[in-house]
Amino acid sequence: MKMVMAIIKPFKLEDVRKALDDIGIEGLTVTEVKGYGRQKGHTEIYRGAEYEVNFVPKLKIEVAVAPGSVDKVIEAIAEVAKTGQIGDGKIFVTPIDQAVRIRTGEVGTAAL
Amino acid sequence: MKTGWRNFILLGAAGVAVLALIDPTFAQGAAAAPAAAAPKAPDLVINKADDGWMMVSSLLVLMMTVPGLALFYGGMVRTKNMLSTLTQVLAIQCIVCVVWFLWEYSLAFTEGSGFTSPFIGGMSRLFMAGIDPKAPAATFSVGVGLDELVYVCFQMTFCAITTALAIGGFAERMKFSAIVLFAVLWSTIVYCPIAHSVWFNPGPNDLALNNAAALARSGYGFQLGALDFAGGTVVHINAGIAGFVGALLLGRRIGFGREPMPPHSLTLTMVGASLLWVGWFGFNAGSNLEANAGAVLAMANTFVATAAAGVSWMLVEWLFKGKPSLLGLASGVVAGLVAVTPASGYAGPMGALVLGLVAGAVCFFFCTAVKSAFGYDDTLDVFGVHAIGGFVGAIGTGIVAAPIYGGAGVVDYTKCVVKDGIITSDCPLGDYDMMAQVIVQAKNAFITIGWSAVGSLIVYMIIALIVGLRVSEDAEREGLDISEHGERAYNM
Repeated sequence: MKMVMAIIKPFKLEDVRKALDDIGIEGLTVTEVKGYGRQKGHTEIYRGAEYEVNFVPKLKIEVAVAPGSVDKVIEAIAEVAKTGQIGDGKIFVTPIDQAVRIRTGEVGTAAL
Repeated sequence: MKTGWRNFILLGAAGVAVLALIDPTFAQGAAAAPAAAAPKAPDLVINKADDGWMMVSSLLVLMMTVPGLALFYGGMVRTKNMLSTLTQVLAIQCIVCVVWFLWEYSLAFTEGSGFTSPFIGGMSRLFMAGIDPKAPAATFSVGVGLDELVYVCFQMTFCAITTALAIGGFAERMKFSAIVLFAVLWSTIVYCPIAHSVWFNPGPNDLALNNAAALARSGYGFQLGALDFAGGTVVHINAGIAGFVGALLLGRRIGFGREPMPPHSLTLTMVGASLLWVGWFGFNAGSNLEANAGAVLAMANTFVATAAAGVSWMLVEWLFKGKPSLLGLASGVVAGLVAVTPASGYAGPMGALVLGLVAGAVCFFFCTAVKSAFGYDDTLDVFGVHAIGGFVGAIGTGIVAAPIYGGAGVVDYTKCVVKDGIITSDCPLGDYDMMAQVIVQAKNAFITIGWSAVGSLIVYMIIALIVGLRVSEDAEREGLDISEHGERAYNM
C-alpha cells in the first residue's frame, strides 16, 4: 500500500476529488497548508509596516492507495491539478506499513 | 411786604422740592446723565429637544467606545490579543464611568478655588451632590439650559473614550492590572484638568453680564480664548501624547520589526471605524449642547472632513505605496474625524473639507515615514492619528473658523442685545483676528502636550511602583488573552 500525498492549488480541490472519484477512489484527507517552492510570496503593507509573505496557501491531499493503483492515481491528480503556471504543486508517494478500518477491524488492503 | 417775599420764597422752595422729588436729575442739573438700571440675565430655560438630543449624543459617544473603538483596535492586534483589547476598552469604559460620577465631574466642571482654579475644579458636585432639576447647566446660548445630569453623562463618555484611546500606544504588552489603575489615575490627574482648562466657564449668562469676572472664574485655556469645540486638544492630543509616552516607556513589542504582526481582522477594524464615524456625530454635533443650527453645522463638517480625509489618505497611499489599503482608508477616516473635532462647530463646510484633506495626508506621513524612521512601536498609531491629527485640527481651527473662510466666527457675549432690561440670546460675532487666534490655538495645544506628557509619565511611574507596567516575556509570547484573562477570543 502507498500513501499518495499531493500539494495542489486550493481551487483545484473539486477537480481532483472528482477525478479520483471517477477512477474508484473512495476516500481522501485534505489539510490546509502553507508553503512555497518556486512560486514566491508577496508583500503586504499595513500602515507603513511592510511584510514579505513567503508562504502561499495550498491544500494537501492524502490518499491511501492499493498496490498497482498508484500510477493511475498519480496520473489522475496530475492531469486535473495542472494549470501550467508556477505553483501547481507536487506529488509524493510513501509506503504504508499497515492500514486498519476502525469500524470492522479489517487490515491491509481490505481497509482501504 | 416782608411776609409776601417770605411766602414767595417758601412757595418757590416747596416747588423746587416737589420738582426734585419728581425728577431726580433736576437737582443735579441738566448735564448729568440718568443712572441706567443694570441689565439682568434671563432664567435658564430647558428645551425638551435639547435634552433629547443630548441624551442621544451621549449614547452615540458610548457606542464609539463600545464597541466602536474596541473593534477598531481589536481588529488591528494579533488573534492572541484580541480578547484582551476588547476587555481593556470595556473595562475602561466601566471604571471611568464610575469614578466620573464619584469625583471626576466635580473636578472637571465645577468652579475651583485658589490659584489652581484655572485647572482644577471644586468639590461642589462630589458624589453628584447638588444636582437640581431647577438649576440647569449652561449651554452656548444666553437663557438656554440643559438638565445637568445629561451634561454629566455626555461629558463622562468623553472622559472614557479619551482614556481608552490612549491604551492603543502600548497594546499587546500592558498588564491588565496596570490598565485598571491607568483608568482611574490618568482620567483624574491628566484628563480632568485639561477638560477644566479648555471647557469650564460659568456660561453665557455670566459671560454676558460681567465678562471679566466670568472669565476669571473659567479654565485657563478658555481664558486664553482657545477654540476647541469637541476636544481636539482635550481628547485627541491628550490621548495621543499619553499613548506615545506609554509606548516609549514600555518599549517595543517582542519581535517588533522582525516577526510579522499584521492585523488579525481588518473586517472588524472596518466595522469599528464605521461605528466610530456614526458615533462621532454625537461627539461633535452633541458638543453644541443644543439641537440647533450649530449642531447641524457640526454634523455637516463631520461628514465632509471625514470623507475628505479618507479620500486623501487613500490617494496618497495609492501614490506612494502602490496600492490603496482598507486599513489606510479606515485610518484616514479616523484622522479626519480627529482633525475636525476641534473645528466642527466653527468651520464652514469647505473649510472642514480642506482640513480633512490635509489631515489625511499629514497623518499618513506620520504613521508611515516618520514612524519607520524613528522606529518606535506606537502599536495602534495613537500618536500619528490622534496627537498629530488633533494638532492639525487645533491649529487648523484657528484658520477655518475665520468668517472670511466661511467659518462661524466667535460669539461676543459682551455685546448681546438687551431688551427691556434683560439680555437676549441675540449675540453678535466678535471681530476675528485669525493670526492672533492661531497663536492662541498653538499655545493651548502646547499646554495640552506638556500637561499630558508630564502627567502621563507620573501616572505610569505610580503604576509601575504598584503593579508594574509590562507583562512578562512568556505572557507576551503566549498572548494576553490567555495570560491576563484565561480566555480565548476565538474557540474555533
